[in-house]
Amino acid sequence: MQQMTLQNIADQNDYVCFRIGEQDYCIDIEVVREIRGWTPATVLPHAPDHVTGVINLRGSVVAVVDLAARLAIGKTCPTPRHVVIIVALENQIVGLLADVVSDIMGIDEAAMQPVPDIAAEGAGAFITKVIALDDGRMLRKLDLAAVLPGKDQEAA
Amino acid sequence: MSGIDSLRPAFFEECEDLLLRMGEGLARIPDAALHNEVESIHDVFRAVHSIKGGAGAFGLTSLVGFAHAFETVLDLMRSGTLHPDASTMHILLRASDVLADLVAAARDGQPDPELMPQLLVDLDLLAEGAASPEDEAAALAFEPMRIDVIPIEPALSQAPPDPTGFAITFEPYPALYATGHEPVALLRALADLGTTDVTADLSGIGPLDTFDPAQPGLRWQLALQTTAPREDVMAIFDFVQDLALVTVEPLHPDPPSLASEPQMAAPFVTPLPQPSPVQPTPAPAHPRTASVTPAAPPAMPTIRVNLDRVDRLINQIGELVIMEAMLSQAISIAGLSKDGDVSSSLEGIKQLAARIQESVMSIRAQPLKSVFQRLDRITREAADATHKQVRLETFGEATEVDKTVIERLVDPLTHMIRNAVDHGIEPADRRIAAGKPPEGVITLSAAHRSGRVIIELADDGAGINRTRVREIAEARGLVPAGAQLSPAEIDNLLFLPGFSSKEEVSALSGRGVGLDVVRREIQSLGGRVSIQSTPGQGSLFTIALPLTLAVLEGMLIGVGGETMILPISSIIETLRPDESEIHSLGRNGRLIAKRGEMIPIIDLAQSLGFTSRQDDQRQVLILVECDSGGRAALAADQIFDQRQVVIKSLEDNYGTVRGISAATILGDGRIALIVDPEEIVARAVAETKPMPLAANG
Repeated sequence: MQQMTLQNIADQNDYVCFRIGEQDYCIDIEVVREIRGWTPATVLPHAPDHVTGVINLRGSVVAVVDLAARLAIGKTCPTPRHVVIIVALENQIVGLLADVVSDIMGIDEAAMQPVPDIAAEGAGAFITKVIALDDGRMLRKLDLAAVLPGKDQEAA
Repeated sequence: MSGIDSLRPAFFEECEDLLLRMGEGLARIPDAALHNEVESIHDVFRAVHSIKGGAGAFGLTSLVGFAHAFETVLDLMRSGTLHPDASTMHILLRASDVLADLVAAARDGQPDPELMPQLLVDLDLLAEGAASPEDEAAALAFEPMRIDVIPIEPALSQAPPDPTGFAITFEPYPALYATGHEPVALLRALADLGTTDVTADLSGIGPLDTFDPAQPGLRWQLALQTTAPREDVMAIFDFVQDLALVTVEPLHPDPPSLASEPQMAAPFVTPLPQPSPVQPTPAPAHPRTASVTPAAPPAMPTIRVNLDRVDRLINQIGELVIMEAMLSQAISIAGLSKDGDVSSSLEGIKQLAARIQESVMSIRAQPLKSVFQRLDRITREAADATHKQVRLETFGEATEVDKTVIERLVDPLTHMIRNAVDHGIEPADRRIAAGKPPEGVITLSAAHRSGRVIIELADDGAGINRTRVREIAEARGLVPAGAQLSPAEIDNLLFLPGFSSKEEVSALSGRGVGLDVVRREIQSLGGRVSIQSTPGQGSLFTIALPLTLAVLEGMLIGVGGETMILPISSIIETLRPDESEIHSLGRNGRLIAKRGEMIPIIDLAQSLGFTSRQDDQRQVLILVECDSGGRAALAADQIFDQRQVVIKSLEDNYGTVRGISAATILGDGRIALIVDPEEIVARAVAETKPMPLAANG
């Protein structure tokens, strides 16, 4: 019995949950560095639509990705009420623009379900798992690597 | 195990320094006056010896072996037996190249360089050829004994070891103790080779009241009975060679002296009480005669610091400068700038920050010497490969430049040198026919000039064959046939991608990279490269580089509602022209007449993909010059200010952006992008070229 409990805890990771439009998303808390309010970004020339611009994060130049635009939900018009989630993935630091951070929760590995094939329209490519929440909402696990702007984009 | 492994990087770092010093010494030998020459050889010897010592500790056997052979030749040179004539120097220089390769190979775990066996043979030949008559005699007197004794003696009796051996005097200088060596350890190591009899000579020790513990004055005399060769004995003293007076003489003297010392000839004799005659070299009477130890060249004390730490410091200073700008902006907004105390304190902080920034930048600055020395080798190899006689002369190698700049200069300069040897310098017969000395000279010089580093590479070769360059450019479709080109424009064709002026791709410089790569590399360092050539007299390449990659003098401009930075270095002048001075060309093209020249206008906002302001008649024009010599007028909304900005990379977290070289942080904490005028202009030119063909609409 005790063995079982330990097993459960080991399979459970903490996730940062946030909302984009009407949809709930989450990312592993491990990659999140900080969450800050929106500050005006400097527009980058020739940048793709979903790159809002660059901001100053204590001396580093950090690009901000508009998740709503990236997930084909619609371009965000950022206000000071929006949040930027700073994530670090493989030495690359990027800000994710979201509407609001809703929760930090532990999610069981077992609760993660594969994404149904037919749901793969636009946003589908960026979601690795879906989780059904108790209150009837659905949480989508974001594929960070796919969302981030690639360093080789100039070649594309 | 892990302890010594952790020292490996430090060893290879030290090797870099030592190789540098070795190269310096070698360069000094040929033209030094005779007494300096010995000092130069000493320098080289010390460097090679230290590399050998370190390599031994890490078990790098081939490195040790090669360094040893090298050292043997150097030793003959410093004793005056071998004279540094041209052929000897040639071998020494090549040996130094191989040694550098070996160090690199050992560091990167690569196989030994191909040239090593050949050079080893060359070095051995040098060493053998140079052995003076006395040395040969000594060798003869010594060698037969070893051969005679080993096979026979053990057969005669097994109990007493054969009486071959060495009489050794060992007199440590104070430096030996100071560097933490332990004489006992050396004596024990000798004892491992055979039977030793040690006598301590206390005569150097004065009375107690004048005794200086730091100058022990101790000295040992040993009779070592062993079958081990002399090299093994010498190897024990390897690490203390410069720190002690060591003489090793055969214990078993040759027949003439045998009579005078009958006790030595006895098969097994207990200790030699007084092996006095074994030391023919007059030993210094007192260890205090420090002049015997070769004086190390005076050097400023230095420390080794991880580059990361320096960079962190530079970043933090950058932050400080930004914070200072923010503070000054906040104070002026709060209306406190009229307060004398506040403004004078702020001014003080400003100056202090600038001074700290300067000091920190100077930490990263290094002399160009290391690069120049490597190029010496490149020249040599290139000259060998093309069978030409070429000499590299360098000036201003003490000029200091940012470390990153130095590292990234190696490749372009290497390429330019190879290019100069391969294409610039003519073969000796053609040079003589042209009335020039057979040996070609490449001059490499560096100097600071108005906040930039100027590196000039000149050769006294044939110069650029403009007719040929033009033909090739036309054949490759780089310029339209029959285009009107000035000589300077033809010269600049060399920098175009896809241009290689040799019909046959030569093994040396035609490795699929052309001068366009050189230009791109220099440009990525924020510099520019230009070329001048006089037919029959040679070519001159000039590279202008910024002193640092961390800050930039820039002009703050407004472009499409954003604040951007334009590097001052590329700006010629700014102007606000009247409408009448601007002429339209085609559908969108605009030109401005400036001193008789028609200069194209490029709208920055449009070029960067921003929406341009509509009331563009009052735009500011900023005249910029590109490396190709082309000029353009960049149109911006307004000019705010001119200031030093700290360069922040965009590539770390995002990637490259067309027309933007980097970013900086302004006083209000916002990011401003630094415009790359070179790319903006190049792109604009590329876009306008195919216009007649493209459908306009």
